Amino acid sequence: MRLVNTVIRQSVAGLRAMLVLTVLLGVLYPAVVWGVGQVVARDQAAGSPVSFGGKVVGSSLLGQQWQGDEWFHGRPSASDYAGDTSGGTNLGPGADLDAEVSTRAAAAGLDPSTAPADALTASGSGLDPHITPAYAAAQVERVAAARGLDVGQVRSLVVSQTQDRSVGFLGQPRVDVLELNVALARLTAPSAG
Amino acid sequence: MSDTVSGLLTIAVLVAALAAAHVPLGSWMARVFTDARHWRVERLVYRLCRVDPSSEQRWSTYAVAVLGFSVVGVVLLFTLIALQGVLPFARGATMNLDTALNTAVSFVTNTNWQSYAGESGTSPLVQTLGLTVQNFVSPAVGLAVAVALVRGLARSSGAEIGNFWVDLVRGTVRVLLPLAVVGAVVLLLGGVIQNLASPTEVTTLSGGSQVIQGGLVASQEAVKELGTNGGGYFNANSAHPFENPTAFTNLVEIFLLLVIPFSLPRTYGILVGDRRQGWTVLGFMATLWGLMVAAVTWAEVSAASGPLGGLEGKEVRFGVWPSALFAASTTGTSTGAVNSMHESYSALGGGGALFSILLGEVSPGGVGSGLYGALLLAVLTVFIAGLMVGRTPELLGKQVGRREITLVALALLVMPSLVLVFTGIGMVAPLVSSQMLASGPHGLTEVMYAYASAANNNGSAFAGFSADTPYTNLTLALCMFLGRFVPIVLVLALAGSLVAQRRRPVNAGTLPTHTPTFAGLFVGVAIIVAGLTFFPALALGPLAEALS
Repeated sequence: MRLVNTVIRQSVAGLRAMLVLTVLLGVLYPAVVWGVGQVVARDQAAGSPVSFGGKVVGSSLLGQQWQGDEWFHGRPSASDYAGDTSGGTNLGPGADLDAEVSTRAAAAGLDPSTAPADALTASGSGLDPHITPAYAAAQVERVAAARGLDVGQVRSLVVSQTQDRSVGFLGQPRVDVLELNVALARLTAPSAG
Repeated sequence: MSDTVSGLLTIAVLVAALAAAHVPLGSWMARVFTDARHWRVERLVYRLCRVDPSSEQRWSTYAVAVLGFSVVGVVLLFTLIALQGVLPFARGATMNLDTALNTAVSFVTNTNWQSYAGESGTSPLVQTLGLTVQNFVSPAVGLAVAVALVRGLARSSGAEIGNFWVDLVRGTVRVLLPLAVVGAVVLLLGGVIQNLASPTEVTTLSGGSQVIQGGLVASQEAVKELGTNGGGYFNANSAHPFENPTAFTNLVEIFLLLVIPFSLPRTYGILVGDRRQGWTVLGFMATLWGLMVAAVTWAEVSAASGPLGGLEGKEVRFGVWPSALFAASTTGTSTGAVNSMHESYSALGGGGALFSILLGEVSPGGVGSGLYGALLLAVLTVFIAGLMVGRTPELLGKQVGRREITLVALALLVMPSLVLVFTGIGMVAPLVSSQMLASGPHGLTEVMYAYASAANNNGSAFAGFSADTPYTNLTLALCMFLGRFVPIVLVLALAGSLVAQRRRPVNAGTLPTHTPTFAGLFVGVAIIVAGLTFFPALALGPLAEALS
């Protein structure tokens, strides 16, 4: 009987504690962080949107599916960059992954023995916004030809869009594909930006 | 700069930051759990909960309070998820009832295994009122249990091991909440989103369309890592750019998930009045973490020399080194967040992540659970050492008798039993094998990873495994619940048994537990226990795959 009393008393205290803590941790805490974001980091809080011609065309943090030779392409994606879901293929090293890589290489018109690794592999998120400078360089001639631009001009655009490792040593050098393509679009249509 | 230099510098900066932070944080936590005064906000909480903060509890009452609080948590979270469709901000999110039960148990047990995808399974209301709240209170429960065990060692001839409600509220208000606010703001500045927007569709430059998600992510992300929770706001977890946008936020997240577990040994040393004891536990945790980081990094860097660069399932902004560092840290802390897909790792890289979980989450383990897990192994080590040299086994002047070693052995056997029994059933049940993405050794690793992750309250996955079926959801939920609360009850019983003993003075026959020799034996026991238990299964899974 004493045990039953203890169980009931402690569980009722538990219920009250959950309700009180929900107000503190589930309402006040996120609200305070939201408020701080509205004051000091509006752009980041909103998802780092990228605009072109006055319209939001994506987020600099999210990769997109690019159609056509006139754009730089991102990495293969398990979800085709749809954005309503995220994740990778979960394929481990082996025959299934090798077959998938051959399909990807054929679709992108790449030679799997020489293509940069990021051009042949899908990311963990399916929304990787970046490619390596090597993969960007491999696409320069195709993009320049499709747009009738000078190869040197496109190459220097890629160089200017290449980000070094954060703070000099964190992560990898990379190119944000959406930002690169926006810069490319501004180059060809200076009035649109 | 080469990837190797960049990777090593990243690890060096992380270790330096942890070394700098563990001193003030460890000391602060020692003060938090011994302070005689209550803060005003805490007194308000106690009044609303109608608990008396000045009374203390025996181990049995403490255990009832932990279980009562946690079962209430499961019921409330399950109800919230089940009703999300009719509550505000539903946004079309739905979850089956078995998935909802799995999720409720998962977040209450600090596991954060996810059989659902965050984008479609949970409404913003569930994410914030339900999951974010459990992300605070489930690690606070672990912290409370760890502190209660330490009191058992520190106090002499007593009966009480503290007041659960006071420990819970102080751990939340004085430790987790302030750190989470700072962490959330840093992540927000680094690009993690924090907004109330619905998913919006935009037209892309090349004429396609893309859905851009919204959500109160930064606040959840910070406590997801800090509380060694690991449940992603989105399906891709910390690989999603909205959860982890840059290599800088990646480092911050790894720091957050390690900082409390690595600070607790200092708290322990201060509370038992002998800092050297804390150093031993810290050395034990740091050695195991260092070994696992080295092993996973070595495996992944070796795999990266192939034509695919080891990049399947990894993000360009992180690359191989920071992905491996995250993987070893998240599996060693019971966090279970991922910044890359472990199933796409090389056989030995993924196997290393699995082994890191199978060590029993002590490298350095979850918030609180890492410390009590390590102390269980410390008791086992003094017992084994005592048998070897013929001395009475004791830890900090408390004798390890039949009752104590029985409790420790039972607590240490729960997890391996759950993992091996349910993996074994999974191997012969056609139901489970049809859910595997891979076949052969990789498929075995998939299933074993799932049950290891659940029973150890880690939560990461070989995510090719389709876990969202009633059988898997319910068995995983059972593993999570038993894997969390059976050891907790046994740990509290051990605390009760230790607190009743008078602390014996040190004499010539006492085995010192602060020497490098003891620390070496301590690490050896952890590796041997996990190795002997799991070697046969690992030989059929990751090792067979690596050799084929």
